[in-house]
Parts: sequence; C-alpha cells; structure tokens
Amino acid sequence: MYRYIPNTREDQEKMLSVIGVGSIEELFSDIPEDLRLNRDPELPAGMPEPELTAHMRSIASKNVSTADHPCFLGAGAYDHYIPSVVGHVISRSEFYTSYTPYQPEISQGMLQAIFEYQTMICRLTGMDVSNASMYDGATALAEAALMAVRSTGRDRVLVSRGVHPQYREVLKTYAANAGIEIVEIGISCGTTDHDELLAALSGLESSGQSNMDAGTAVPGAVAASKATGGTATGFTTTGGTVTSDMATVGTVTDRTAKGAGTAAVIMQSPNFFGVIEDMEAATALAHEHGTLSVACVDPISLAVIQPPGEYGADIAAGDGQPLGNPLNYGGPHLGFLAAKQNLVRKMPGRIVGQTTDSEGRRGFVLTLQAREQHIRREKAVSNICSNQALNALAATVYLSVMGKQGLKQAAELCLSKSHYAYSKLLETGKFEKVHDAPFFREFVVRAVDEPVEEINRRLLDRGIIGGLALERHYPEMNNCWLVAVTEKRTRQEIDAFVEAAVRGGR
Amino acid sequence: MAKLIFEMSRPGRTAYSLPPCDTATDLRDRKTAGQTGSDGKGAQEDVACSLIPERFRRKKDAELPEVSEVDVIRHFTELSRMNHGVDNGFYPLGSCTMKYNPKVNEDIAALEGFRAVHPYQADETAQGCIQILYEMDRMLKEITGMDRFSLQPAAGAHGELAGLMIIKAYHDYRGDTGRTKIIVPDSAHGTNPASAAMAGFEAIEVKSDERGGVDLKALKAAVGPDTAGLMLTNPNTLGLFDENIKEIARIVHDAGGLLYYDGANANAIMGICRPGDMGFDVVHLNLHKTFSTPHGGGGPGSGPVGVKKALEPFLPTPLAEFDGKQYRLDHDRPLSIGRVRSFYGNFGVILRAYAYIRTMGPDGLRKVSENAVLNANYLMHRLKDHFDLPYDRTCMHEFVLSYGKHKETGIRTLDIAKRLLDFGFHPPTVYFPLIVNEALMIEPTETESLETMDLFADTLISIAEEAEKDPEKVKSAPHRTYVSRLDEVKAARNPVLVHMD
Repeated sequence: MYRYIPNTREDQEKMLSVIGVGSIEELFSDIPEDLRLNRDPELPAGMPEPELTAHMRSIASKNVSTADHPCFLGAGAYDHYIPSVVGHVISRSEFYTSYTPYQPEISQGMLQAIFEYQTMICRLTGMDVSNASMYDGATALAEAALMAVRSTGRDRVLVSRGVHPQYREVLKTYAANAGIEIVEIGISCGTTDHDELLAALSGLESSGQSNMDAGTAVPGAVAASKATGGTATGFTTTGGTVTSDMATVGTVTDRTAKGAGTAAVIMQSPNFFGVIEDMEAATALAHEHGTLSVACVDPISLAVIQPPGEYGADIAAGDGQPLGNPLNYGGPHLGFLAAKQNLVRKMPGRIVGQTTDSEGRRGFVLTLQAREQHIRREKAVSNICSNQALNALAATVYLSVMGKQGLKQAAELCLSKSHYAYSKLLETGKFEKVHDAPFFREFVVRAVDEPVEEINRRLLDRGIIGGLALERHYPEMNNCWLVAVTEKRTRQEIDAFVEAAVRGGR
Repeated sequence: MAKLIFEMSRPGRTAYSLPPCDTATDLRDRKTAGQTGSDGKGAQEDVACSLIPERFRRKKDAELPEVSEVDVIRHFTELSRMNHGVDNGFYPLGSCTMKYNPKVNEDIAALEGFRAVHPYQADETAQGCIQILYEMDRMLKEITGMDRFSLQPAAGAHGELAGLMIIKAYHDYRGDTGRTKIIVPDSAHGTNPASAAMAGFEAIEVKSDERGGVDLKALKAAVGPDTAGLMLTNPNTLGLFDENIKEIARIVHDAGGLLYYDGANANAIMGICRPGDMGFDVVHLNLHKTFSTPHGGGGPGSGPVGVKKALEPFLPTPLAEFDGKQYRLDHDRPLSIGRVRSFYGNFGVILRAYAYIRTMGPDGLRKVSENAVLNANYLMHRLKDHFDLPYDRTCMHEFVLSYGKHKETGIRTLDIAKRLLDFGFHPPTVYFPLIVNEALMIEPTETESLETMDLFADTLISIAEEAEKDPEKVKSAPHRTYVSRLDEVKAARNPVLVHMD
C-alpha cells in the first residue's frame, strides 16, 4: 500500500505487544485531545508512481527550458556546459543519501571530496583557506561581511552597486538584524565609482548626493565621459600604488567618526554588468584605509582573470553554480567562501581538515568546530550547520574534468563568444554601447528604438531566451539589456539571436 | 587510503570536451590581435589576450588536476565506496530523520523542464516552477496549520534565522522595540541560540522539568516585557511531546512574545496534530528530514518558514501567487524582511518534497508519522533494559538513551558508536541533547523494517555486553572501516585544510 513503509499489519501487532499497548493511537496519548487534528489533512490523494511521473512531466512542460532554448540570460546564474560525468558521480547514492560527515570513519568519501573542493577553491581564488561551501553566493557574501565585522570589531560595510542586486538585498537583510550599517558606492562608467569609494573610506561623503543617485552616472553619461586607457574606473595604478585626486570629490562633509568604523569594502568582478573591475587598486585603497577587502568573484572567470589572492583580497566569495551545477530555477547552487589564513577561525560553516588514523594513515575530519553552533551555541560565528555538500561535490568533479586546460579554454570561449555577440549587436545599429570597459561573458547594451521586454518576447517566439532587462534592478539604466554568452552558444545561435533581436529581422 | 585527485594528475591528460572556437576569426579581424596559431587553441589564447588588459589577466594558471575521464570516474567511485548513506544501511541518527529517499523523486528533479530553467526567466516561461512553489505553500500550510509559507530558506538553520527576523520585524513594526530576548530550552538544538544571536537577539535558556518538558515555573520567571519569543521543538529533542504546550503558549503570548516552532521533529506529527493549532506563530520545516529529500552529505536542504496571518507581510520576498489563470512571483512586499538568499530557495529540493507529498497523500502522511512513532517505541522497548532510559515515557519518533555508568571499564558512548560502525550501522546521534549524560539519540524512521530494527537492537545489546567483557575491543573500534579512529585533536591543533603538492 505504502511502498516506503515496510511494516505489515502483523509486524505492527508484534511491535505493539512488545511495547505493551493495544493500538498505535495509544502512543499519541501525550498529545492533548483538543490539539488532535482528528481528520485527514486536506491534501490531494496519493498517486501511484506512473500517475505521479505523468503529473510532474505535465507541470515541467509548462516551463520554457534552456535545454531546448538557447539561453542568453545570466545575471548570476549561467548556462554552462556540464560534463556528463558530473551527474553520474553525484548520483552515487553513497554520496547523496548520506548526512553531514559526523562519523568520519564511514564518511571518508565525502570528507576527502570536500578537502579536494577546498583545495581547488583555494587554487582558483589564490586564497589560503576555504570552507566546505555555503548556501549560495548571496549568503556567502553576507557571511563574508559578518566575518569582516567580527574580525575588525567595526560595524560599517561599503558595498559597490556593481555587486549583484540580490546579493546586496541579502546583505542588507543580514546586516539590519546584526546592527551593521551598509553604505552603497555608486557606479561610474560601468565600474565602482572611485571617488565615492575614496570619500566613504576617508570618512567623507560627497555632499548633496545620496548613494542611490550616485549611480545615475552610469548610462547617460557614458557618451560624454571619455574613458581612457581602456578603463573607465578613474583608478590610477602605478606599480601597485594608488593615487587619487581629492579635488574630484567635490564638496565634502565630514564623516570621520564613521569612516574609522569601516570593516570592509565589498566589490564584485566581473561585476553585475560583466565588467572587470580594477580590484587591485580597490584592494590597495581599502588596505590603505585599514579595512578588509572582500572580493565577490565568478569561478569560471578566474581561469583567465587575476584571482583575489593575487591582488591581496582578505576574503573571496561567490556563487559556484557555474561549476557543474544546473540552473535549477535558482537552487540548489552553492556559495564558496575563502580567506587569508589569519581569518580561518572567524570563518563560518563546515571545514574539513586532514589528519591521521590510529595506524598513521591519512584521513579527513570536520575540524575547527569550536567556531560552530553545536559547540558554541549563541557564541558561534554563525548559525549555519550544513553546507551544500552535493553541489560542492559537483563542483569538485567539474573542476577535475575540466582541469587546468579545460577551465581556461571554457573561459576563453566565453570571452570570445560574448565579444562576438557584442560586436554583432552593435553592428545592427539598433543597440548602443553603455560601458566602454573590458568585460567577461556578459555585457550591457541599450536598445535604441524598442523596449527590451519587446525584444525578449520576440526572441522567445523564435525559441531563444533573451537577456535581462536591467531597469528593474537599476532604474536609471533606461532600456538597458544584460546579455550573457557562455561557451555553449554556437555562432549559429548567436547569429540567430542577433537577427531576432532586431525588429523585422528574419 | 585513496589518492587525492591532485596526486593522480599528469600534465597533458584531459577529461573535458569543448566545442572549437567558432567566433574567433571575426574577432581577430576586428581586434587585429597579433599572431595567431593555425590551430583553434592558439586563436583562442590570442582572443583572450586581446580582450582582457594585461593587468587584469591571471599571471599563473590555477593548478587544477590534469586527469582522464576514466581517472575521474574511478576516483570518485572509490570515494563513494568509502561513504555510508541511507542506501547502504540503517542510519538511526536522532533528530536528522534519515529516512529512505525515493528514487522517482530524483528522476523528477532531473527533468529538463525543471532542472534547466533559469531563475530570471519571465514568469510566463516558468509557470510550472511557480506552480510548484504555490502548491507547496498551500500543502505545507494545511500540514502545519499555518497561513503562509516562504520557501526561500535553504536549510533548517536558515529557516530559523528567517523566522526570527520575522519576529523582530513584527515587534518593530508595532513599535514594540524593547523585546530583545529569545527564550530557548536547554534541550534545544544548538542552531536555536545561534540563530537568535544572528538575528540580533539575546538567547535566554530555560531548564527542562523532570519529565523532559519545559519547566513552567522557570518559563514564567523568564518571560517579561523584553521577551520577543520562545523557540521550541515539539516533540522535543528528547523525543517527547510537551503536554503543556497550550500553557506554554499562553505564558509566552500573555507576555507579548511569539512562539517559534523548530520543525526538525515534524516527522512525528503529520496528520496527527499541527503547530498552528498548538499556538505557534512561526514554524520552519526541514524538507530534507520530514519530506524525504536526500541530505546530500550535508546539503542541499530546504527550510521553508511558515507564519500566521499577522506575520505574513514580513515573510521574505518574493512569494508565489495565482489568480486562477496565471502564476506569478510577487516582489512588491514593502514590509518584508527582504531576501534571505538569492532567487526562490532550493527549488530542486522543494520539487522532490512536493513529489513526496503527492505520492503519500493525506492518509499516507499520517501513516508515516504513526509508523515512525511505532518504530521508535518498539526500538526503545527492545533496548531499555540494556541502557539507561532517563525519561521512561512513551516516546514519539525518537528516544534518548544514556550510557552513563561505566567508569570501571572507561567505555563511553563514543566507543559504542564507533563499534557500531563495524557492523554496518550508522551510529545514533551522540552527546546530544546536552542535558542527557553520554546520550545516544535514536530515530529509526518509518522506512525501516522490523528485521532491520531487531538486528540493530541485537547488535547494540551485544556491543554493550562486549564492552564489559572485552573493553579494549570496543575502545579501539572501529576495526573494519577504511580508516580506524581518526585524530580529531591533531586536525584542530595543526589545521591542514588544503593539499600542498
């Protein structure tokens, strides 16, 4: 009758007699009578497996799937190639039906895989230590901010508006409850506004300009602002030192007291617009002002772009979905969190360490648990007591399959194809440049004479998933379109996409 | 001892398969980037070089493994064989509800119509996904007696955090800003006080009474105008239903506080009673416990948070809505606590739990709880004469034994647990709850057969006997696993957290 419940009537009778009660009902006698439901919950009747499968297939068929619709949507979740091997490994039920590896002697498989994951994340980011993964990129970044606050004893965090809007929302949710002040730094020409960052770090703030409308410099000003030297950041780096012209800050109001309390500067690169930020200069600037630097990064891009460890970031975080994890309508994904060695005991989450068994053989265990809730309770560094182990395993298998060469090649393909699509779109004359800055995999264009929602609808009619309408997230980015092109997109698909993006195109 | 994947690496080996670059030529024409090799590879490198300014480029390649596809499969297959899951055998880990994970749910989650949907797709193109979110909300409401759920939290602890933020937002909205304390029983999961602290509250502990429930006198003394709420697991972590729940609710509500239900133990009560009817204002459920989704070696889970009507405006944003024709996501929720993670939650996990509820139906869910409780009581009776039973009452879905009086042999609960490994069993939860000395917390779940439980009971009893006769054998256990007992002190004292070549 119920295939997941083995007890027969006979088994139940036998068990009841051992217990010494007459009925199952009696076992619930501690529940006050007036709290009993005494009816079946109003739920649809149970379904046999064939009916269930058909039902679920019919619901699935109501979705448009990237499996048969070339996808040009990114914005934090990407349609990358997932090697067949990944699915086969994570379908091993010794892995997926296990729990958190509390008993290391029978959990060496997952523990070693997580140790390999931590090592790969460190090699990719250039950081010293990594935890066993977090829920997603947004919570990893929020926890990174809390970590910085804990480490510095300060309660103010600067975050660039180039950071994923949803990550900033999560950061604000976490911060509001922890009494942390979040100050947003605006965007100028597609990258974090240097002057505004400097002012905020110096305890100064541009007068008459809120952090919100500082971002309005983004779209309209592009044509007028002459980006020089291939970047539009306003950062001037010479041999690793940062110079800045205070005069450009304009009228300032003194916020020295607050400035001294800045725990961290959070920036994302490539940022939400796909633009590569000058993280080296930003990190140097943060350090000059005695604050920590938190880098939110994309794991695929790290195969070709300078990793946080190279520019001296204190904490690196991001979403690991691009590493062999399906889109899954937004989850489960995984967040990664890595840091410099000196911050390891401030890190949240599970961490796997190498040790030896009683015969001296190498083995792995959960370690540094004095940070965690089951030991420290209210004094723990975080309440998190799980990780996204299976997703981290998928990332580990993915990185093993792609390896040193493959990941680089995938990143180069993303670069090449996204730039091809960008040029092709601009060539149509129906789209214009918004930023003139180097980008990875993703870029912004503005549709000249048609709402982007309209373009997306037309693309969908032709079986293509278009880009993200940015205006919803950045009201000042009028009719801007965020387009992602991964290594999976063929030239043919890109050409069809560009054609369909133009009204009257075939 | 398995090699690390890095130790298998040989320069030049590959396991990946990528398409050739079919867009490079045009780019080269445009960018006129220097020399290009005749092979596609060289062309790509040139493209990369020309597209990223030198100073932003990675200087030294990331040292990822170079292995063949066969190497990858053999390596991870070997690792899987060093791991114990529910599919390998009995896993009576108390408070974790390690029930069987139905295979058809894995097939459903793998459907491309779900797995390959992008979270930023327009609502019209994700009607099936939003339908799942909407219907799941409705079903969880009915199961728990609450008024609205958010499926966004990614795990139980995450649900707790969201729920406590909602409690805070509720009090703040009413201008009731002096409520800074969350009361937590001493039997609570460690996540409860940790979540309270993270949500900006002070956690206050109340002790349990001699029957294992909340001590009403202590509770009355603890509540006051600074009480924001009480977090409670019912049945609690001792596996006992707190009969005083209505009185507890009255005390907390009279003081102006709210009641939070930690749903870790909801496997005991489905179709039998509901937290909403007990007086709880906020609940979280663990879909990976009660609703059969796999634990994945530590995650992904899913911890939906449900609330009563008055708290609905504060739920995380967005929520799924249905107008009779179209499903949509409502982002316009001005009083919301905001987002607690990106997108809509661990959708793939929610999907499996949805399939489970649709499989079991209302009568099936009730049978789940009935048999979970029957199994736990049976196992408790099989073991109670061989171990101490600190709270000798009818238990719910789990029970707690103590192995506390063995000073003469020096055998501890940990040794018993390690010896169980030699017989193919995952041990029970040990040393929790904290209020029981040398605790063994056992939760068989409804998916285990009488034979499995008998074999486990016989084994545990024989280990207890062995501990008297041959303590060394037990103290040095396990003997039949891939590795013997691991040095956790060494791991913490000299942390080696990454592999160095």
